[in-house]
Amino acid sequence: MHAQQLVNAISLGGVYALFALGFTLIFGVLNVVNLAHGAMFMLGAYTALQAVLFFKLPLAVAVLAAIVVTAGAGWLLDRFIFAPLRARQAPHLAPMIATIGLAISLNSTIQGLFGAENLRFPVHGLAAEGLRLGDVQITWLELQIILLAFLLMAVLLWWLMRTRMGTALRALAESRKAAALLGIDVEGLFRLTSVIASLLGGVAGVLIALYTNAVFPQMGQPMLHKGIAVVILGGMGDIRGALLGGFFLGCAEVFSVAYVGSTMRDAVAFGLLFAILLLRPQGLFGKAAQRRA
Amino acid sequence: MLTLSSITKNFGGLQVLQGVSLAIPERGIFGLIGPNGAGKTTVFNLITGLLAPSTGTIELHGQPLNGLAPHQITRRGIARTFQNIRIFKEMSLTENVLVAMGRRARYNALRVLWPSSSLRAAQRKERTEAEELLARVGLAEKAKLLAGELSYGEQRRLEIARALATAPKLLLLDEPAAGMNGLEKQQLMDEIVKLEEGGLSVLIIEHDMRFVMGLCQQIAVLNFGRMIAQGTPAEIRANAEVVEAYLGEDNDGASPTLKSWS
Amino acid sequence: MEWLETFWATYSTLVLSIGTNVLLALSIYLTLVCGLLTVANAAFMGIGAYTAALLSLHSGLPFYLSLMLGALLPAAVALLLGPPTLRLSGVYLAMATLAFGEIVRIFLLNSESLTGGALGLNGIPQHTQWFDVVVIVIAALYVLLRFSGSRIGRTMVAICQDEVATELMGLNVRAYKLFAFALGAGLAGLAGGLNAHFTFFISPNEYGFDRGVEILAMGVLGGTGSPWGAVIGGALITLLPELLRGLGNYRPLINGVILIVIILYSPKGIWDLTRFVRGKRAAAAN
Repeated sequence: MHAQQLVNAISLGGVYALFALGFTLIFGVLNVVNLAHGAMFMLGAYTALQAVLFFKLPLAVAVLAAIVVTAGAGWLLDRFIFAPLRARQAPHLAPMIATIGLAISLNSTIQGLFGAENLRFPVHGLAAEGLRLGDVQITWLELQIILLAFLLMAVLLWWLMRTRMGTALRALAESRKAAALLGIDVEGLFRLTSVIASLLGGVAGVLIALYTNAVFPQMGQPMLHKGIAVVILGGMGDIRGALLGGFFLGCAEVFSVAYVGSTMRDAVAFGLLFAILLLRPQGLFGKAAQRRA
Repeated sequence: MLTLSSITKNFGGLQVLQGVSLAIPERGIFGLIGPNGAGKTTVFNLITGLLAPSTGTIELHGQPLNGLAPHQITRRGIARTFQNIRIFKEMSLTENVLVAMGRRARYNALRVLWPSSSLRAAQRKERTEAEELLARVGLAEKAKLLAGELSYGEQRRLEIARALATAPKLLLLDEPAAGMNGLEKQQLMDEIVKLEEGGLSVLIIEHDMRFVMGLCQQIAVLNFGRMIAQGTPAEIRANAEVVEAYLGEDNDGASPTLKSWS
Repeated sequence: MEWLETFWATYSTLVLSIGTNVLLALSIYLTLVCGLLTVANAAFMGIGAYTAALLSLHSGLPFYLSLMLGALLPAAVALLLGPPTLRLSGVYLAMATLAFGEIVRIFLLNSESLTGGALGLNGIPQHTQWFDVVVIVIAALYVLLRFSGSRIGRTMVAICQDEVATELMGLNVRAYKLFAFALGAGLAGLAGGLNAHFTFFISPNEYGFDRGVEILAMGVLGGTGSPWGAVIGGALITLLPELLRGLGNYRPLINGVILIVIILYSPKGIWDLTRFVRGKRAAAAN
């Protein structure tokens, strides 16, 4: 029983980690709390769904379509909202409010176009077959979800740690001024971060949509709450934190539903969160703020 | 008045101050010099309560300051300025000074709620006092400007006006002359002398040796967290260890220069 | 006064919604001035709503007393919650208050015997009259205008810009923040109580993250230059959906777009726009 739940926890945790990664990237690099991240999540799910339902494309292509669409949305987000606000030296809460507006707009557009009901993927057969390793049953779908999530994370980490652009991004997250002084194309990197973060959210959306086989306009909201919880736990703006936090939440959810029951599950999560914040406000990996002259 | 006794300060494995002792009397102008990284600003941070010493005590009028919150220490009469100027750029000069006077306001929060004439009179008096303080540092005509619009030297003077607004007995100045031209420095020196004559004690961190030697009666020298010398300017100039560590050797001592800006 | 009665019959909900939202925006105003980012006011509103409603339903207390207690309890909670939480800064504070809000909501959901749980609380006596709301809003606005125009407001602006420097001027920064936080909690609780006694039904989900973010949005949209900004922010967020009623299903869409446009062109909030008018008047006076 434990092993099966571990598999569930890993697949769920992987997707949470992806989503949290996108959220934390925008916070760490652009310094914005992106409350439209849930909308990107939802956008990814709907794009993939429509690709399959309406355009009759195979699932792999649908996932690709979701990536393209959400990446594009991320580009637009920075180009028309974040960049102008940066140029105007807006107070740091202003972009967050804009993302609230964006989330409202996107949610209502999707709802207007596709209705508020729960839609499903025509999964037929995908879910049933799979592997059997000892006591553990993994469907092909779950396997693909796990693989895709891990692949994306690995690629992203490799890119961040080993390439020049990735290093430039990390430098930017540390200090905007220093990065600019080093000749780094700050605006370009901001745009790129928004693109990457949004597509991570979009992929997470597709994966969750497949996992739960439920697509509805408000699906981004609970996910956003969880993403925020993950990111707080792991440390705002910290990538390792987002990854570990995602897995931690996945495990906590799967195991606590089994042992504690689902209503108190959220209470446990938030109680834990609150306690951690009081003891270690920067999360597990965040940087402590310094108070000195 | 203020005594530091065998202060050590560690940050994890890094020892920033070691066995530092210092005594500042009620009146006088004192200098704290040393190479960058010697721990001078840390001493200020310890005195004002932003940091707590790892060992040792700091006492004001015989009362220990350990464990007091920074605002409590300020209320006991210690005010400071900062190495990186920390004025409120988006407020006017008068408002900057008024904030510093907030603690000494003659009316409490509840009285604010009703616009009585006595409240208005008290608020007018505050403003006048603030403007007087600005006049003392020569910024009276610019009172209504936003602090961010001032020149660098003017901002430093505003910081001093703000520090004075808390009616301190000990004034800590962290590199007050940095970025000033010769004329401004001379004016600042005159101002500090006047402040001391008015009944203050002043402790200055500075790198400009002419400024320090010309102004301070006693100088303490910090190097790598240890106090290597204390004495009059003449004694310090003659001290071989100080010269070795901080001041240059290849001049006649009349205007010592710095050895390195490590 | 017949026209008043017809007016009230048609627009009562709107007036009360505006009043509630303006009060909520005012509740977050001082904390925003200090630079504190909290989404806890929705939870405080919920605590106030449930306290006042339960007192009305189960004890014999008069309406105004229930209302007051409904404001005092959240303020007391804020005084307890404040010291450990307000040490955090920036987004960490927002997150801590978010966590707090969720805990309150879950508590409300799960204490069925007391609060009715997910089914909510029904049959709350509809004591709220329009003048209750108007008087309370005006009183709150007055108090905040007095505070923000005085050294207290000035200190809070200073805290927002540089906490350390402010503390080193002898000002007890923690006390100021706690004051803003607790006063805000009380106002939010008051709003909750008033609202509960008008809508006669309340449920825990009304006081969750979405409401908390909405309150924050009202505050930021209005601007921190003056409590009038909060009035504008609260009124605007309430009226916008109403004014857009004719647009049917696309109402939230336009709502969202307008929000974006406003913040893009006036990032410091709407009140900031009035500085042109105020600037001209000041120049003319000189």
